[in-house]
Amino acid sequence: MSKFVVQRLVSMIIVIFIVATLTFMLAHAIPGGPFTKEKALPEEVLKNIEERYQLDKPLIVQYLSFIGNMLKFDFGPSFRYEALTVNDIIRLGFPVSALLGLIAILLALSLGIPAGAIAALYQNMWQDNLVMIFSLIGVSIPSFILATFLMYFLGLRLDLFPPAGWGSFAQVILPSITLAAYPIAFIARIMRSSMVEVLRQDYIKVAYAKGLKSSGVIIKHAVKNAILPVITYLGPLIAAIFTGSFVVEQIFAIPGLGKYFVTSIYDRDYTVILGVTVFYCILLVFCNFIVDIIYSYIDPRIRIAKS
Amino acid sequence: MEINPKLFEPLERKEETTSKVLPSLNYWQDAWIRLKKSKLAIAGLIIIIFIGIFSFLGPVFLKSKYFETSLYNAYKSPTLEHPFGTDELGRDVLVRVMYGGRISLAVGFAASLVNLLIGVVYGGLSGYLGGKVDEIMMRIVDILYSLPVLLIVILLMVVLGPGLVNIFIALGISYWTGMARIVRGQILSLKEQEFTLAARMIGATKSQILFRHLIPNTIGPIIVTATFQIPNAIFFESFLSFIGLGVSAPMASWGVLASDGIRAIRAYPYLIFFPAIFICLTMLSFNFLGDGLRDALDPRLRR
Repeated sequence: MSKFVVQRLVSMIIVIFIVATLTFMLAHAIPGGPFTKEKALPEEVLKNIEERYQLDKPLIVQYLSFIGNMLKFDFGPSFRYEALTVNDIIRLGFPVSALLGLIAILLALSLGIPAGAIAALYQNMWQDNLVMIFSLIGVSIPSFILATFLMYFLGLRLDLFPPAGWGSFAQVILPSITLAAYPIAFIARIMRSSMVEVLRQDYIKVAYAKGLKSSGVIIKHAVKNAILPVITYLGPLIAAIFTGSFVVEQIFAIPGLGKYFVTSIYDRDYTVILGVTVFYCILLVFCNFIVDIIYSYIDPRIRIAKS
Repeated sequence: MEINPKLFEPLERKEETTSKVLPSLNYWQDAWIRLKKSKLAIAGLIIIIFIGIFSFLGPVFLKSKYFETSLYNAYKSPTLEHPFGTDELGRDVLVRVMYGGRISLAVGFAASLVNLLIGVVYGGLSGYLGGKVDEIMMRIVDILYSLPVLLIVILLMVVLGPGLVNIFIALGISYWTGMARIVRGQILSLKEQEFTLAARMIGATKSQILFRHLIPNTIGPIIVTATFQIPNAIFFESFLSFIGLGVSAPMASWGVLASDGIRAIRAYPYLIFFPAIFICLTMLSFNFLGDGLRDALDPRLRR
């Protein structure tokens, strides 16, 4: 077990290192400096600014200081907003995004898993068709369109929920539904196919044959085994929630990291874009690491096969 | 059961029951017959063709141009003259949706074509060469795969700057990993089969075996994956346009139109309605078609 953890830990560090290096290289591939403006700045001013952001040093020095700062979780100042650092932005936005994301993930799991299980139990009957059609629609509607429609019909027309903002529980409902829609549909599909597979297995027949109640067989034997592929999807699920939050937070005016990220793209605020990207990548790789550990803990076959 | 002599009388011999030979079908005919059975897939195919004709031929029949502004006619609700209404500069939304369709469909097809080329060659080489090369190539794919594609695309677009060609490049080079994995998996099993051995025996070179024998045999999964990547690319493009990294005015993709519409949603909801319907309908149709194709081309994956 510990060998497996160490293996995963090493590969996680390598991935983070590569991501950081690539982002650094991309940042320096951007044509023109970050201070190239239509109105040229005086030579001395430009020099002072470049000194402040260490842009006058050789590339290798900049690279080493970037990596060094990253190890200290310091992503440097914002190019656009003098008083803000990237860390400030992450500190302000991330808790909001994390809360919203967590609610969306719980929603996705608690709706997607039962929907998929029901579809598999009633394979090729109307329940199955209903779930499958809804899940196809779910993966086909882009988040920003779903967000707009929910906001317009439920928020503005019917006045059931506040159309935008952040702070009360009612304001969490529409954005979390929007974020969860795609994962619900996707989880329902994987859950269905893995459950169909499990229900064909001999141990299910044995469980029925020895006279267990069907509810017991389904919950204890079928769902418990069929849920494994859903756990592998947790990593991509978290990624989908992150990237979904970019537009969802923008549309619903939620002060989360996604909204700041999109604003920094509009502003071409390069340090913020790069810093937040690296932050997202580190977080995601870390989440994948945790998911891998949980998975190998739940399913011993993986642990044996990998080490 | 009662036994009597009647049971032992020979049956009347019918000519056609003894020698009925079904016409032999090649792979594509067989796939087409199976695809036709799925109503949803056929519906998807018809809708895609319809949207294609609508976008590429539609503007020919309309007087208005997509860049033609007329401030007197700004924000007109749908009428006979402007069936989809007009936007904030008085441009006809119908013709803009048609032009948007051209861009969105072009991005979808071009990006998934680039993906197909990179993914097939990469996956094919990795699977066929095997050993250390395969291990290194797959490690690279694993690393790329563990990062969200959208984040990579956004980063590339920030570096390259907005624009249609840059969208092709950014999408093309960032999400071929899925295709590469699928092709590699197929090649790994195919290269152990007898026909590969036969090709080696008659002296075919490595590249001949890979490109003439192995890759054509993985065509089913390749087409299925590519079909699922088209709606993905359309989604990415509209997402990029939405956050301001897409094509620039007066050109407009469906994503740009939708994002313009969202800004005016309180007063003029029809502006978001039409592009949104087209995006959803197109993605839905490709997903239906992809599901049908998977069942038709890849019998092993059938449920």
